Amino acid sequence: MTTLDVSVSAAGPARPVRSAAERRLIRKGLLFAAPAMVLMVAIYGLPLVMLGGFSLTDYQLGAIDWSFVGLSNFTKAFHDPVFLRAMANTALYAAIVIPCGVFGALGIALLVHGRRRSRALWETAYFLPVTATLVAMATVWQFLLHPTLGPVNAAIKALGFEPVSFLGTPALLIPTMALIGVWQILGFNMVLFLAGLTAIPKDLTEAARMDGAKSPVDRFLTVTWPMLGPTTMFVVVTSSITAFKVFETVAVLTKGRSGSETLLYELYLEGFDYSNTGYAAALTLIFLAIVLVLSIGQTLRMERKVHY
Amino acid sequence: MARLRHYLPHLVLALGAAAMLLPFYWMVLTSIRSPSEIFDVSLWPVPKTFSGGENYAQAASSVPMARFMLNGLIVCGGILAVQVLTSVPAAYALAKLRFPGRRIMLALVIAALCVPVQALALPLFVGLARAQLLNTYFAMMAPFFLSVFAIFLFHQSFRSYPDEIIEAARMDGFSEMEICWRLVLRGSLPSLAAFAVFSVVAHWNDLYWPMIVINKTELAPPPLGMLFFSDAETGANYGALMAGATIITAPIVLCFLLARRHFIAGITMTGVK
Repeated sequence: MTTLDVSVSAAGPARPVRSAAERRLIRKGLLFAAPAMVLMVAIYGLPLVMLGGFSLTDYQLGAIDWSFVGLSNFTKAFHDPVFLRAMANTALYAAIVIPCGVFGALGIALLVHGRRRSRALWETAYFLPVTATLVAMATVWQFLLHPTLGPVNAAIKALGFEPVSFLGTPALLIPTMALIGVWQILGFNMVLFLAGLTAIPKDLTEAARMDGAKSPVDRFLTVTWPMLGPTTMFVVVTSSITAFKVFETVAVLTKGRSGSETLLYELYLEGFDYSNTGYAAALTLIFLAIVLVLSIGQTLRMERKVHY
Repeated sequence: MARLRHYLPHLVLALGAAAMLLPFYWMVLTSIRSPSEIFDVSLWPVPKTFSGGENYAQAASSVPMARFMLNGLIVCGGILAVQVLTSVPAAYALAKLRFPGRRIMLALVIAALCVPVQALALPLFVGLARAQLLNTYFAMMAPFFLSVFAIFLFHQSFRSYPDEIIEAARMDGFSEMEICWRLVLRGSLPSLAAFAVFSVVAHWNDLYWPMIVINKTELAPPPLGMLFFSDAETGANYGALMAGATIITAPIVLCFLLARRHFIAGITMTGVK
């Protein structure tokens, strides 16, 4: 659709006469941008329109009949106990992952930042989980947390406590998955904080020391923390988007049993397992709305950086 | 006291790092232990009987592990190639060529950056199902043929390429294609490397989309293969399961250890914009 707009405005009669070389560059520009534009329409444009359309119908993939149902998919969603539970679970997951993932990473970054010779070593150790395939690592965690065979419970027993069945107690399912989520996200956030810390001018810390901020805590509160504001904001945003997309750990560890559905997993079940296309489209739009609200500030900031 | 102050950060970091690395350690250790040692929860690194051979052999024989890896390679390679082929010319056009619709396109690229692929999965799945394309490599790769993130990144990087050189090259009779690929892209090789890391890691580890369009074992990429494997091996043989997990995790982790700087830059690229 956009390629069409472009050709119309290019042919606009009010334009001044251009030289042959300029016209050649315009033609090249359109030509170079065309494949990306076509894919943009095919991958983003049409699917988003279809998604909006599906959400207003009771369409089921493979069915011949379908009808318009207005907004009833959305009202259904907000009365669907499974979906509401998935929302609550995802919110709980995020409520654990965001603070632990952000402040834990900040703490690690502050410690790593001060190291000179061993910095690369710590960076590697903490970043390793970010690169590892989460599906495989979730299987490893399942084994680590096993009530009788895993070392975690062996340690708990050695300390004199009762073994904990992390993946056998419904109330512990989401917190356990959040623990894995924190484990995976810490290194990523640490690197972002390290970049932010490196950008703080040394003189500033020195000046604060001169001004009487004697203890490291004072200097952190007067200089480091305010200067890290934009970084912290960014880390919180990316962490919350990641948290709302939790999927792999659910797929491996619980498959949503014992009420451990999350937003994306529930969406997956409705759309691709039960083929409730219309209803799943409504759920997808709710998911998309959450992600957009979380990322809007970040996007505007990026938009300002682009010079048109 | 002063010594304690000096060593305390190291101590805290070491404890944290031990917790971060424990899963990797346990995975590799179990993958070389014999099944009879399964009840032995000790962290001692030397197994009583070395059963690595059996465990890895079983992981490779009960599921087509080599096939999963090959699938991962095909999918990641295919996606990356098409992403670069489509995004580099578009980014060059946006950064250096004045054409009508340029601003709208840039705005659309930025808008598309906040739409996660999970939000597009349903209609894309319906389209692919209607076209009878489910269970193909094409279906696994198609949604990622365009990376708006690559366009954005290359646009930011190409913009700083000197216009004078481009003008001079045009005078010398270079075509726009040659200028784009041989001059401008060459000036942005670090961005290209970082994007390649970003793309390959993301798609090697992705489960969501392959899980939607693939249900044949022989087409599964590594994460989906791992899921099939762990569902089939319901806790019976942890040695083989951990061997499988090691095989699947190893390529990216090894690349990371070899090219640490590039990896960290590539994966956290979203943060440094």
